[in-house]
Amino acid sequence: MASLGDIIRESQIWKSVFRHPLPVDRRNRVVVMLTNFFLHLHPVSVKKQGIALSYTWCMGGVTFFLFLVETITGVLLMFYYRPTLEWAYNDILALRDVASLGILRELHRWGAHAMVITVWLHMYRVFLTGSYKPPREFNWVVGGILLLLTLLLSFTGYLLPWDQLAIWAITVGSNMARATPFLGFEGPGAQLLTVDGIDMITNASDARFGLLGARFVGEETLNRFYVLHCIAIPLGAALLIAIHFWRVRKDGGISGPL
Amino acid sequence: MHGNEAEFLESITGFVGAWYLFAALMNTGAALYLWRSGRVTTLVKVAGVGLNTLTLWALVATVFVTLSGLAFGGGVGGLRLPQALRDAFDAVMAPQYYVTGMLVFLAILYVARRFFVQPVVAWGGLNFVLLYMGLSITDPDFASIVTKPDNVPIVGLVYLLGFFTWLGAYKAVLNDDRLAEGLEPLEKADDEKVLVWPDLVYTELICMVALTALLLVWGILLQAPLEEAASTVKTPNPSKAPWYFLGLQEMLVYYDPWMAGVVLPSVVVAGLMAIPYIDYNKAGSGYYTISQRKFAYVTFQFGFLVLWVTLIVMGTFMRGPNWNFFGLYETWDAHKVEALNNVDLSEYFWVSLLGSARPSAPLGSSGVVSLGYILLREAPGFVCVFLYFAALPPAMVLGCKWMEDRPLLSKLRIVDMKELFLRAGFVRYMVISHLLLLMGLLPLKMVLRWTVNMKYFISIPEYFLNF
Ligand code: HEM
Repeated sequence: MASLGDIIRESQIWKSVFRHPLPVDRRNRVVVMLTNFFLHLHPVSVKKQGIALSYTWCMGGVTFFLFLVETITGVLLMFYYRPTLEWAYNDILALRDVASLGILRELHRWGAHAMVITVWLHMYRVFLTGSYKPPREFNWVVGGILLLLTLLLSFTGYLLPWDQLAIWAITVGSNMARATPFLGFEGPGAQLLTVDGIDMITNASDARFGLLGARFVGEETLNRFYVLHCIAIPLGAALLIAIHFWRVRKDGGISGPL
Repeated sequence: MHGNEAEFLESITGFVGAWYLFAALMNTGAALYLWRSGRVTTLVKVAGVGLNTLTLWALVATVFVTLSGLAFGGGVGGLRLPQALRDAFDAVMAPQYYVTGMLVFLAILYVARRFFVQPVVAWGGLNFVLLYMGLSITDPDFASIVTKPDNVPIVGLVYLLGFFTWLGAYKAVLNDDRLAEGLEPLEKADDEKVLVWPDLVYTELICMVALTALLLVWGILLQAPLEEAASTVKTPNPSKAPWYFLGLQEMLVYYDPWMAGVVLPSVVVAGLMAIPYIDYNKAGSGYYTISQRKFAYVTFQFGFLVLWVTLIVMGTFMRGPNWNFFGLYETWDAHKVEALNNVDLSEYFWVSLLGSARPSAPLGSSGVVSLGYILLREAPGFVCVFLYFAALPPAMVLGCKWMEDRPLLSKLRIVDMKELFLRAGFVRYMVISHLLLLMGLLPLKMVLRWTVNMKYFISIPEYFLNF
């Protein structure tokens, strides 16, 4: 008698989704890697050394996993959160006190901290194994931009709870932009940019203003950071991660001694 | 604090007990592993009686179990570093001792890496750190700073970095020994091909499940911080940037914002991305090694572990109100006053050295004349900065060449800049040397601040140009 599993696997529905039998023999273990969209990120076979935990620490993979966790919990958080002065803080309060599954915010916040840490550790591993050396130079550069985007994601997200911790951390951080050479109104050289004696760089036109959308951290900033945090930076990061993975394969797979 | 003492001790009893229990389990696990795998080694032999690793970790486990029992039994108050020791730590803690101490510590680890990578030593070190944490967390001030929800990840970071630095060095030392014997690195010895399904996908699956579990536990145990609603009029003291930027905030002590907040971060990012293009060393690609890329290794460790992580740790745990420095066992007192009597180079030059006043334009001078006076006033600074960035790169090469015929001196050479120059070529050498000089400028500024209260080399507040 056919077992239930066999019946399911013989059904038209199953076969339309998975175009191969179970990956229990060598042939189908190859086929699964080639026909599954998610698995085709990977090659069919790899050097044993390259996937050893003690070699890669799995840190790139962990970082990617955390990126996915952040995406999912982030979308769920967006259901509850409105980026306005009136609601932002109250929505976060409600998330803690009212919403079911009360650890959504925790998962998102700790996941974000963890991601910053794992990106650093991943970079550390890549450095220690000299994996940035030719032909992988460019992928290190892509990684560098990803590192920057990870920090910016975390930084823009830090503001959204709109509590004291949030606005003052962002105030301290963004105050630096005031001192950008030439482009910050308290930066060296800014006074040189005058037209007919009128300053071009003022506190309402300088780099910090561009970042905050206002002269201080206010509602415009909240809106700006929200859009950056939820749309612009994640999209950029997703694109670069795709390029990063593509390049890992095109550069000859995970590095190893020649 | 005494009123809350009992309350405080009660609140941490569970944590401390669990902490020691965890340490005990770890050591039991280690002992079991050694026993099952038959990798027990004898450490010392005194009068025929030997102490082996199995006994050692079993003993340590017993100690931790006892500590755990004491803690759970209500004795956490006694499980503390002696007050005198804590006071002594606080007394010697100051930015200069902390930063130099870290530098010396890492230098020792590096030089004696063969000793430290031994599993016995590393495991002993881990036990020591666990014990130290356990004995410190019972101090209310230590506990309040370390258990702040947003600070917990940084404690984790320190442990993770310790572990992975050890792992990297361990594998590098193994490889270096093999390379010295003319063998290939271990990674090469193991380059058989395996199928991704099941070998890799299963590892990934297990990692994902473990991580999910970890995040869930972390999320349940530790609530995300939420302070009072934002208020633009109530400035908290201290106001801190998010933790990963605290190294930059710490640099504000030594640099103006345009350097600490804009120029240097940009240089860090650009320099990081430039690494593959300026590291001309072909060796050490795709395996752990230190001996084949000492210079790159040391430079990166200095930049990452000292200039980046050490400063973040300090900014997080030791910078309190008004950005004053506090020892780990010290109460954050907002009224602590630290005398600020920092002096600009121009002041040193004109006033102290020449005994005159600093040049300043006569009242009512035109803009150009005032600028001339400012440049004159800051001339010593400009000369120093110019010499540092323009004269040092060639001087380092020539100096190394000069040392070549002097065998005694050439032993002192840490890096052979002449060799570096010849192998890297002019452009790359210029980029490398300037990045190195920029990296070196921060410690240099620190030392000058700590010793002679140096504030700025160039100080032109009129144009927001302080350097
Ligand atoms: C969002 C951030 C990032 C993600 C999700 C990510 C993901 C990955 C993954 C999954 C791999 C495969 C090998 C492994 O797991 O170690 C990898 C390899 C690599 N990554 Fe990243 N990475 C990120 C950031 C970075 C950064 C910051 C750098 C360096 C500055 C970097 C440089 C590299 C290089 C050079 C490789 C090839 C290593 C080799 O072949 O051994 N990546 N990355």
